[in-house]
Amino acid sequence: MVSPILELTNINKSFGHVHANKNINLTINKGTIHGIIGENGAGKSTLMSIVFGLYQANSGTIKVNGKEINLRSPKDSIINGIGMVHQHFMLVENFTVLENIILGFEGELVFGKNLEKAKKDLKDLCDTYKLNIDLNSTISDLSVGFRQRVEILKSLYRGAEILILDEPTGVLTPQEVDELFKILRSLKEEGKTIVLITHKLIEIMDLTSEVSVMRQGEMVGHTKTENTNKEQLAEMMVGRSVLLRLDKSEVKAGEILFSVKNLTVKDDLDVTRVKNVDLEIRSGEILGLAGVTGNGQTELLEALSGIRKVESGEIYLEGKKVSDSQNFLDPRELKDKGLAHVPEDRQRMGLVTDFKAYENLIFGYHDQQPFSKSSVLNHRDIISHSKKIMEEYDVRPQSPNLITSNFSGGNQQKIILSRELNENPKVLLVGQPTRGVDIGAIEFIHQRLIDMRDRGAAILLVSVELDEVLSLSDRIVVMFDGKIVGEKDNKNVTDRELGLLMAGVV
Amino acid sequence: MEFLSDIASLINSTLRISTPLVFAAMAGIFAERSGVIDFSLEGKMLMAAFVAAVGSYFLGNPWLGLLLAIIACVSLSMLHGFASVTYKGDQVVSCVAINILIIGLTTALAAAWFGQAGLTPTLNEDQRFLEVNLPFAESLRDVPIIGTIYSDILSGHYIFVYLAYLSVPLVFWVVFKTSFGLRLRAVGENPSAVDTAGINVFAMRYKALAINGVLIAFAGAHLSTAVNANFFREMSAGRGYLALAAMIFGKWHPKTALVACLLFGFTDALQIRLQGVELPAIGEIPVQLIQAIPYVLTVVLLAGFVGKAIAPNAIGQPYIKER
Repeated sequence: MVSPILELTNINKSFGHVHANKNINLTINKGTIHGIIGENGAGKSTLMSIVFGLYQANSGTIKVNGKEINLRSPKDSIINGIGMVHQHFMLVENFTVLENIILGFEGELVFGKNLEKAKKDLKDLCDTYKLNIDLNSTISDLSVGFRQRVEILKSLYRGAEILILDEPTGVLTPQEVDELFKILRSLKEEGKTIVLITHKLIEIMDLTSEVSVMRQGEMVGHTKTENTNKEQLAEMMVGRSVLLRLDKSEVKAGEILFSVKNLTVKDDLDVTRVKNVDLEIRSGEILGLAGVTGNGQTELLEALSGIRKVESGEIYLEGKKVSDSQNFLDPRELKDKGLAHVPEDRQRMGLVTDFKAYENLIFGYHDQQPFSKSSVLNHRDIISHSKKIMEEYDVRPQSPNLITSNFSGGNQQKIILSRELNENPKVLLVGQPTRGVDIGAIEFIHQRLIDMRDRGAAILLVSVELDEVLSLSDRIVVMFDGKIVGEKDNKNVTDRELGLLMAGVV
Repeated sequence: MEFLSDIASLINSTLRISTPLVFAAMAGIFAERSGVIDFSLEGKMLMAAFVAAVGSYFLGNPWLGLLLAIIACVSLSMLHGFASVTYKGDQVVSCVAINILIIGLTTALAAAWFGQAGLTPTLNEDQRFLEVNLPFAESLRDVPIIGTIYSDILSGHYIFVYLAYLSVPLVFWVVFKTSFGLRLRAVGENPSAVDTAGINVFAMRYKALAINGVLIAFAGAHLSTAVNANFFREMSAGRGYLALAAMIFGKWHPKTALVACLLFGFTDALQIRLQGVELPAIGEIPVQLIQAIPYVLTVVLLAGFVGKAIAPNAIGQPYIKER
């Protein structure tokens, strides 16, 4: 017997001129896992924030268990049994697990009896769902996976019957994802309803029984998961057919263009983050560097691109030593020698977001002909170059005079890529090329990287997205705790094996 | 015995001098723990001193003067909240505006009402707070040690001195042992977490600012209706800023902030005490050198003994819910 627990009718929401949700209708059945997919900016998170009472809809009705409710704040949602695990966790980092969970639901003015009861209730919940959380640990000491469990426990403690999870797997290792899915399935068995917001098709196919697709603020389809497939869902999301598998020719690796010997790097707090790393990248190959965020990838990339000092070890470009602990080339000198860098954090290091697109499009090359002559910028040539390159890389909208922060994440990334790839570098270092980028743009960016490789460039790809590393790389190395803990040929490796390496288990 | 009584009087003045700092630091803890910067402690203290003195002069009762000072300071806190919480203005700018406003306002009003630039009439004994002698202080005076501690150090202070030191455990209890305190700390660390727990972030910050106003009023009233018998121009003399510094040294924690306030108070008391004193082998120390002691000590402590002060995570950031 299926009965709807949550019904949304004609929900509309605008932020200024942006119509984030247009006439959304959605019915979610009790005891199911219901997926909502769509690209970044499709309006999924906005819709769920409305259901959670964080935003108020401009119009439309929301019914829980057939009864219309008025959601003015998250309090109203919580009372009606709606809980939400946000993409960015809503936890106070220097509080304990217990403090975070009881916040707002203390039940007493001065801590005492209710606190003891809360501890007992929470222990019972932990046991029921095998959450394995120590209530007295401080959030900042917990791994991302555990923080997420705290969020789930928090919602359950507050009496959630409907649990909304917003992009829950973006920051997890494959093993943590497995654990999460186990927890979600056991929640379902206990009769809870789960709404899973994601842009990962594989999760929808794995976990959900029903799926709704959003595109540009509209609900474009509902279906039972068993009646659809990944290709069909991707097409609904993007509005055109999408190539999910990359067409990649056999690797034709040439000479070694870039190598690193025994490299050690410290971070700003003087902690050693990269430990005796050796790498070799050949012409015409993509070396993938997988790993959970914070295992030294950031510092490695910074050292390789000349931003961070090398503690010990050497870096060679085309067989010539470019950096060691005594002498090192700065990013500009490396650039002149044919090394390009697409930084991990595009808004902090890749772009000046308050600048116009054309300014960012020539940054780093702005003192070269034809962009400048005797230190004076040549505006006309810069604009015509920008227009040309924006068309070539499909940057939308194609307006060089637009402020960079007004472009979407994917288009910002295209601005950086076009700038760096346009110079035809011999060696390309890329960090998180598709973080926060739409599925359509991902396809484009991946294709460009493959083209670069086929033209004989040596590419180092650093990504926390395992799928990305698997689909692009010719060889894969895994970094854990600053060390390279394994190297695999892409032909015979599974995400399982990589996941174990990433978690430092083997 | 001479030495012992010197020490006793030094401690006695330390307690007295630290009093406005303690109230102000506790007030600062409430505002800043909730995520609102409060540079305006200085201005509010000055306002409280003025209103308490004027109120007490006209109404003939220092308690009524204190009540008016509380109302004035809570209003100023609400003004700060209105600008920086509701309208999301820059918190530092709002504070600086309040400070400048109060310096001018108190001086101008004193001139208009009493014909003296920045001075209010001297209060008589009925219009001001008097020193409180604890029971048996006189009879215990001659008992060695205990007498010195009880009669010379603890007894004979203004009511505000006792209230200030009682406020510290009270603030500690409220901040760390009650659900209000939990919410207060959370709203200064991660307001989104508070919002998603169904608590109104703005209301929390206004409540914190209201408490802040009440506490800072005591500091001002202490200056103009207890240790002094009138208000004079800029009589807060930077104590609000000093208290803010003490609160930061104390890492936004009532107990350590108290220690920092006492330290400032002690160096100030020492400085007054050492003026004109002939030290053996050195002779009389130039007064300028002595007056520099508190500042030198502050710098030394800041540089050497206080670890990294970690402010509440969301301090200074207005809470913006929708994109």
